[in-house]
Amino acid sequence: MRLKKNIAISESGFVFDPNSGESFSLNRIGLEIVEMLKQGKTEKEIQPRLLEKYDIDSTSLDKYYYDFLAMLKHYQLIDENEEN
Amino acid sequence: MKKIKVTVAVTGLNNTDNPGPGVPVIRALRDSEFFDVRIIGLAYENLEPGIYMPGIADRIYMIPYPSDGVEALLERLAYINSREKINVLIPNFDAELYTFMKSGRQLDAMGIKTFLPGLAGYEERHKANLPAFGKKYDLLVPDSVELLSVGDIGRLIEKFSFPMVVKGKFYDAYIARNKEQLASFYSRIAAKWGLPVIVQEFVSGTEVNVVALGDGLGNTVGAVPIKKQYITDKGKAWGGITLDDKNMLDLTHKIITETKWRGGMELELIRTSANDYYLIEINPRIPAWVYLAVGAGQNLPEALVKLALGLEVRPFTTYEVGKMFVRYSYDLIVDIDKYERISTKGEN
Repeated sequence: MRLKKNIAISESGFVFDPNSGESFSLNRIGLEIVEMLKQGKTEKEIQPRLLEKYDIDSTSLDKYYYDFLAMLKHYQLIDENEEN
Repeated sequence: MKKIKVTVAVTGLNNTDNPGPGVPVIRALRDSEFFDVRIIGLAYENLEPGIYMPGIADRIYMIPYPSDGVEALLERLAYINSREKINVLIPNFDAELYTFMKSGRQLDAMGIKTFLPGLAGYEERHKANLPAFGKKYDLLVPDSVELLSVGDIGRLIEKFSFPMVVKGKFYDAYIARNKEQLASFYSRIAAKWGLPVIVQEFVSGTEVNVVALGDGLGNTVGAVPIKKQYITDKGKAWGGITLDDKNMLDLTHKIITETKWRGGMELELIRTSANDYYLIEINPRIPAWVYLAVGAGQNLPEALVKLALGLEVRPFTTYEVGKMFVRYSYDLIVDIDKYERISTKGEN
């Protein structure tokens, strides 16, 4: 799962998709995930980092993490061509 | 570089909640580093805000409505021209374009240049002709039907399912969700804009728009795609943002190349969830949000004046993505003597 290359992300968590014109606000953890995706890390690589860093059990993390990734996909922020 | 002095007459000073493009066009020309412009504002109503806005028009003249006929308009323009020596005229209303296009030769004889679409190009992109236009140029367009009487509504319901988009021949569009709404919108539009009323198949998706300028030879001088972020209850953009969308630009180039479009245009498109682009309308003039294109790096009104004067124009190749406009309303305080001069003498 890769973010579209032209997605602009500010340090404050403001995300702008120049293709759709839509903008979004991320909280701190959302921004952390999106930045790791932008750096080219895979979803499988990101998950253990979050588990290690935050006080959360694996089941809860799975739920929220995959919900968040589904949301990125829903808003077409993911590059479908490079998804696999 | 010494700026070239030019006198430009502009209509569409109605900077209201249903804004004409006159004021943004004038702002664009005032920003020009090539022209030193003198602006002659042409108004139909004596309360068009552009008449009173400081720094917009140097002189104002009232002109007769298109419905008064070509002779009345030309007579008035001849008078104005005898005093102001107009070099270029930019009409900005759909409803007046036909009259100005038909008067091109007479205006030229007065020394007034325009840069407008040809009559054939203007006619074929009409809302009522859109299905044929789509077929001719291989474009996705919604199916549509012209309504000439309330009695036609029954026939229409057999063809399309609700919702449907009901449009006036020049302005106004409503989404009808049932037969009663359809009849009501038909009557409202017919009373205001006359017949035919156009009913379009509803295409679900996001509306996106392009402002573009064609040189009449098939070349695109400039094009900026946007998404309207805030739309008023009158369907007017109150905020918008420039997009990075190659598909929209490719579509614009295709339309301008194949139609050899001459002048400004606004493409209204629906982008579906499958990323198909349906052309829902071509407005044959610069839109009221054109100043966003100027802010993003393409001064299209300046380029239009250059084209009208037969000057060389280099096509724009870039613009800034993510540039926004936010419209606002503002109360101008006006002395009554100016209103009096406009109302009684028709000029100021």
